[in-house]
Formats: sequence, C-alpha cells, structure tokens
Amino acid sequence: MSFLEKMMLIDRRWIYLSIGLAVIIPVVVQFEVPVSVSPEVKKIYDFVENLNAGDYLFIAVDYDPSSMAELNPMAEAVLNQAFAKDLKVIIVTLAQFGPGMVEDLTTRLAAAHHRVRGEDYVFLGYRPYPAITIMLMGINFRVPFPVDHYSVPLDSMPMMRDIRNFADVKAVIDFTAGNTADFWITYGVGRFDFPLAIGITGVMAADYYQYLQSGQIFGIIPGVKGAAEYEQLVGFPGKGKEQMAYQVIAHSVIIAFILISNIAYFATRKQKQQLGGGR
Amino acid sequence: MKREIPIIIVGVTGVVMFFQYFIPTGWSEFIFTYGQDWVMVIGILSLPLGIWSLVKANVLKLKDPKERFYSAVLLAGFLAMVLTGLKRESFEAGSVFMKLFNTILIPIQATVFSLLAFFIASAAYRAFRARSVLATVLLITAFLVMLRFIPLGPISTANLGAVAWILSVPNMAAKRAIMMGIGLGAAATAIKIILGIERTYMGRD
Amino acid sequence: MKNRHGFSGAIGIPAVFFGLLFFGSALWAQVPQSSAAADSTGPPAPQPPANVRIADKPNDAGHGLIIRWDLSPDDGSGLNNVSVYEISRSASPDGPFISRGIIARGNKEYVDSDNLAPTQERPNPNYMPAGSTWYYKLTAVTEDGIRSAETAVVSGTTVENLFHFGKLPVLVGAILFTIMLMYLIIHAKRGKKLYVRPLAGINAVDDAIGRATEMGKPILYILGLGTAGDIATIAGFTILSRVAKRTAEYQTRVLVPVNDPVVLAVAQETVRTAYLEVGRPDQYNPDNIYYVTSMQFPYVAAVNGIMLRERPATNFYMGVFHAEALILAETGNIAGSIQISGTDQIAQLPFFVAATDYTLIGEELYAASAYLSQEPVQLGTLKAQDYTKAIVMLFVILGAIAITAGWPFLRNLVTINL
Repeated sequence: MSFLEKMMLIDRRWIYLSIGLAVIIPVVVQFEVPVSVSPEVKKIYDFVENLNAGDYLFIAVDYDPSSMAELNPMAEAVLNQAFAKDLKVIIVTLAQFGPGMVEDLTTRLAAAHHRVRGEDYVFLGYRPYPAITIMLMGINFRVPFPVDHYSVPLDSMPMMRDIRNFADVKAVIDFTAGNTADFWITYGVGRFDFPLAIGITGVMAADYYQYLQSGQIFGIIPGVKGAAEYEQLVGFPGKGKEQMAYQVIAHSVIIAFILISNIAYFATRKQKQQLGGGR
Repeated sequence: MKREIPIIIVGVTGVVMFFQYFIPTGWSEFIFTYGQDWVMVIGILSLPLGIWSLVKANVLKLKDPKERFYSAVLLAGFLAMVLTGLKRESFEAGSVFMKLFNTILIPIQATVFSLLAFFIASAAYRAFRARSVLATVLLITAFLVMLRFIPLGPISTANLGAVAWILSVPNMAAKRAIMMGIGLGAAATAIKIILGIERTYMGRD
Repeated sequence: MKNRHGFSGAIGIPAVFFGLLFFGSALWAQVPQSSAAADSTGPPAPQPPANVRIADKPNDAGHGLIIRWDLSPDDGSGLNNVSVYEISRSASPDGPFISRGIIARGNKEYVDSDNLAPTQERPNPNYMPAGSTWYYKLTAVTEDGIRSAETAVVSGTTVENLFHFGKLPVLVGAILFTIMLMYLIIHAKRGKKLYVRPLAGINAVDDAIGRATEMGKPILYILGLGTAGDIATIAGFTILSRVAKRTAEYQTRVLVPVNDPVVLAVAQETVRTAYLEVGRPDQYNPDNIYYVTSMQFPYVAAVNGIMLRERPATNFYMGVFHAEALILAETGNIAGSIQISGTDQIAQLPFFVAATDYTLIGEELYAASAYLSQEPVQLGTLKAQDYTKAIVMLFVILGAIAITAGWPFLRNLVTINL
C-alpha cells in the first residue's frame, strides 16, 4: 500500500492529534496575527462610536459557558467601548447560565472604567422563554423585570427613570450562540423595530448574513475573527486577537488535510484506472 | 371521546390563536399573554416527570455492571447539585454550589463544545473531495471561505470581498429557497394539526 | 404557532419614525437646555408649525395617537432656524402640558403611545387607555433653544382597532393556502392518485431497521433539542412511530434519550401506542425512553456515551439541532452506525449531509408523515405546498423584474407593516 493509499484510509485519530497540536503551538510560541476589518463589524463600531455620552445601549448576553470562549471577547470589546464612551448600558440575558457571564463581565469592566451599577449600567437579569420575554420587554422593561437581577426595583434607579422600552434605547446588540438571534429579529425588530446588531459564533455566521442584506440587522460580529476585528477597532487588546493565532493554525491544518485528501483521492483513482479496476 | 376531546381543544385553540394575530384589541392581547403563560406553566409542571425518569432510569442501570459506573457518577452529581443548591444563598458567589458550577460544569461544557473543532476536521477530510463537478464547486467555495481566517496580506482583502459575495448571494439564495419550503411546510403542518389530520404529537397517528 | 422562519416584517413606517426619533433626540441632547426665552435683542424666534391634526394610531388596541402638522415656515426656508419640534400633551385642554416628544426638523408626523396599564405598585400617569381623549400643542425650537409661539391646542381620542391592516397580506396568503389545501385534500379523498417523488431518507428507514435486527443491536432515536411544539419535533414523533412499529415486530430495542420532559411524555406515548397497534404491548419498555438533561452539551455527552457503549446499528436524528449536530453525527460515524438525519435548522444541514448517510432537508422532514402513511389526505397537503411554492416562485420572479424596473406595486402588495 502506497503512502497516498494510506492517507485515503487515515485513522481519524491522527487528524485529531494534529488539530490538538495546532491549538497547543500558539500557547508555547506566542505571535500576533494581523486582522483586516470587515465592513459588517466596522458598522457596529461606528454606530456606537457616534453615540453621545448618556445615550442608552441595550446589550443581550445570550450565551452559556459553553460558548463563552468565542463570545466573551466581543461582548467585552463592545462593553469596553460603551463604558469608555460613558453610555448608559442596560443588560439582559436570555440564556439559562447567562447571569454568571454578565456578572463576570460587568464586575471586571465596570471596575476598570469606574462605572456604578444602577447609575451607569443595569443588569435586568434572566427570564426563560426568550420570545415571550422580548415581546414583554417591548411593552416595558418593567413587565418582565420589575426588579433587576439584584432585586432592586427599576423605578428606584435614576438611570431608568424615563426609560420605558426599546423605543428609549439607541440600539440592541445581542451576543448569542443559539437561536435567540432569531427571536430578537422576529419578535424584537419585527414587532418593535429598533436597530439591532448581533455577535454570533463563527458557525452561525453564514446563516445571519441574509438579515444584514435585508436590513433587519445593521451589523454582525462573527466569531473570534469578528471579536479580534472589534478589539483592533476599539484599540483594546483582548482574548479575541489572542485566539486568532489558534484559529489561523487550526484552519491551516484543516486546509492542509483537505488538500492531502484530494491529492490522495486523485492519485489513487488514477492508479486504479491504470490497473483497469475500480471506478 | 378520549380521542375527540384533545383534537377539539387543539382545533379551537389553533383557530383562536390564528385570528388573535390579526386583532389588536385589549382582549386579544390578553388571550395571547394568557396562552403564553400556560406554555410556561406546563413546561415547569412537567419537570418533575423528567427528573423522575432520569433518576429511575439510572437507578435501574446500577444493576448493570457495564453501565453501573456512569449511572453512579450521574446520580452523585445530581444529588450534589441539588443539595448544595437548596438555599437561596447557594447562588451567591463563593458558595459551594457556585464553586461546583464554575469549576466543574463550565469547563466540562466548554470541553464538549470544543470537540466540534476536531470533528469538523475529520468530517471535512472525508466530505471535501472533488468527486464530481458539484463537489469541486463546494470544495473551492469552502476553501475561499476558510481562507478568510488566514492573513495573506493583500490577498486577504480581495478574499474578504469574494467571501462576502459568496455568503450574501449564492449562499443566501439557497437558504431563502430552503426557508420558503420550510415556511410552507410549517404552515401546512400547522393547518393539518388544527384540522385534526396530523395527530402524531398526541402519541398516535 | 411558533414562527421562526416566516415573514419577519418589512422596515416600514415605524423604522423611519424611530430613526427620526433617535436622530431628533440626538439633536436635542446638543441643544442647550437653558430654555432661554426669545427676547427682542437676541436671535429671532421661528414661527410655529401649522395645521396640527390628530388621528387614531391604526392597528392597535387603542393606546396611541398620530400627530401630524405642516412644517414651520422657518423649517428649511425663511429664517431656516428650526432645529426640532417639541410636542406637549395634557389630559385636559387647560393643562398642565408635559413634553412627549422631540422630533427633528423636516418631519411632519409623530406617534404618541403608551400601552402600559398602571398597577398599584407601578403607577403610570402617561398610560393612554382605549377611548381616552388627549390635548396636544407643538412648538418649534432653534439650536440655541429659542422657542416659537405655541400652536393652538388640538385634541384626539384613542380608538381600539378591530383589525390589523398591516397584516392583511398574511391573512390573504393564509386563507388562499388553506383553501388550496382543503381543495386538494377533498380531491385526493375522491381517489385521484397523486405522485410524490421518492425520498432516499424515508426509503432508508425500513432498511436501517432491518440492519439493526440482523446485527442484534439497538436503534438510537434522537429527537433533538426542540420542544414538543416545534414542527420538526412533531415530524420526529411521526417517524418514531413508524420506527417503533417495525422494531416491535422485529423485537429490536429502540433507545430514545430526550432533553425535554414534555417531549419525553409524548415520545413514550408514541412508542407505547405503536407497540399496541402491532399487538405487542408486552414488548414495550418505558425505561428505554428516558429524560437526560435539558442542557445542550451535557445532553451531547450522555448521547455520545450511549453511542460508544451500546454501538447502535442505526442512529436517527429527527428534530431541531444546533451546534451538537456534528458532534453527535461524527461520534455515530466513529461507532460505525448507519445514520439518517432530518432537521429544519439550515445551519446544521451541511454537517448532517457531511456526516450522516441520509439527510431529510427541512420540508422533506415535515413531509415524512405523508410519505410514511401514503394517505391521500396527507399527500393532498404536499400537493398544496407544491402549487403554493410555484406561485411564490412566480411572485419572486415578477417581483425581481418589477423592482428592477422601478415599479414597487408588487413589493407593496406583499409588504407586512407591523
């Protein structure tokens, strides 16, 4: 059996080992990857950048620990920008284990920017059934969340005094790994018509570009690549750029394997044809 | 009658909720929110059923020497999370429950998710072979889209444009076509359910 | 009816309205809030807007009014110093008036609404109940905060609307589709033979069960992460029923780990009924259909464990799947199982196509019950879908031509204004 024939029937564990090594290498040998910024990411950055201090931004942190590696860097970059610009931030989570994510983000970033809970930002909390929660928030944030995550009544917070629903925020930015983006588009934008941008995992990206074209969302931050781009725009070096190094190596390995697979496929097919057997 | 009553309930509810969508009055809004509340209540009430099923299935498996170990781990984990999470303070930072959650559950979930990276590589190795003209088109397209993650200087910028076109033109055209089919299929199934033609969701056909 | 794929609505009047509102308030933020009154020495005050009209906000439960006006002569012409319009409202013609909205210059319309009914713990004096009368007046304001004279007070009464006209295209479409469906069902009942193209995924179901029987190994049936209300999960129950009937005949085990308690109840009932119908109620073991967890990746871990320990002959994936699709399907591939998948989650279809042997794409999964039963009534609904699809295709082609020619009639006809 020739080498190429062996490659056709390669034990998948060799592939797994190569991918494993590919993600370990950047840990040992650290390097920075240059990123080119795509327009759909730039649009979100520009939108936030053009807001005035004191404007309201609504952020939905709709992911669980399982996808935090991919989504935390972009949420962090956007929150950093919002806090630095002195925007008022309203945060909600529609993911079961989202509150942990939000608390981690807000405690770290608010401290870094000296922002105060209840004055500069508010965390509404978590409610199950995302579609229903979004529709109820469209009536008034106080319907699903009369009190925030820490049981403080919204009416007692100075920053929430004149804020009723999505009509009072400049935009909603949703970070999600599941189908909550669909709910935000259908039940949020569809019913209440606010500017919406989404930050999603790389796998989901292809699915949501169509909403960009139809105008239902105004921007997309796709996966770690998008996060790295956003970090570059904000000028805040975070996990996104770090993870790009892993992505580059891992993708190169996968592309290499696809090339090998095809070379082996054609070579073995030729051999078989010469021998007059097979197809 | 045992068969007819659920079908009548489904039919009437379906028709009411259909027309509710077009009527913006206060009564109509009330019916909508009331219906949604019911969905939540049913979901929560059915949870004990699930827990009973989980515990029963795994207690039974304790007798099977092949499965014993896994079921024991599951039951131990289940009991640990329930017992440490009983009190309201359990959800505060630093509690035993939160420590278990942050140091065991989160890393395990992330680990299972990260298996995807390995499986994508092995699936791509098998799937992306230029066996036919269409498979070659697929291969080239996949190649271009993947290259977007690799910095290649000026080629990257040109490739970004190509990728944006692939994603927003041919990709979207195909997706919209599938979505239209799904939309019609969903509407047809909904009508079949309302009319009582489709009954498998009741456990019978 | 959960609609995740349907018409998500067009960006109609509300988008323009909110966009302008944001723009307006952004401008207002830059206006010095000193409310400096116009005096004879300072810059001149603009003229107020004219001809203020109030109408009921259509398509709502009676919680809003639309205020329209003619632009101030100094908006865009004249002194050209109008920056924004301020709208004030009161419950009585004599006041007190409170500010309800700031609208950028050049705009002639504002929607005032508040649909949050007050409760004991949450009073809302701004709430606009159905049938309530409100009084409005407008002022034009310059960038320096100089205010025009106020307009005369105009009133309007909210009306509870009985029909949402913006949704008319949906109603017409739904009624036409239902009529077509009914017609074809009646037609089919009269015995007209309807042809449906074969689906490899459906045809493979029986072979896959036969394989499991020959190997003496179980069948694993995954219903996905959907709820019992998802159409894809309902289709999953239909195929499960068929699989359960065959396995009952061949005495093959079928394992169904589920991740939703309601799905658990329906799945158990489906399998029980199937065994009953083929006369083998004694073979039914409810413990083979069990709840694992509602969390995504713990569920994946559990199912992967079952695959590698039990080495099922056949895996079925029928329902709603997310990121776990490929993890499950690759593990099944490693375990050497024949795999048949079906989902309406477009993002996961490529993974299923790459890693499983047969894939039912979206509506093919929904059509499963028609294929498996071969009942004329069910096949009639498939025909109705096909004809409607042809009509939709015609609309898409004509619409593309019309919009390219700059003729928006067709687009407006099918636009939904929420």
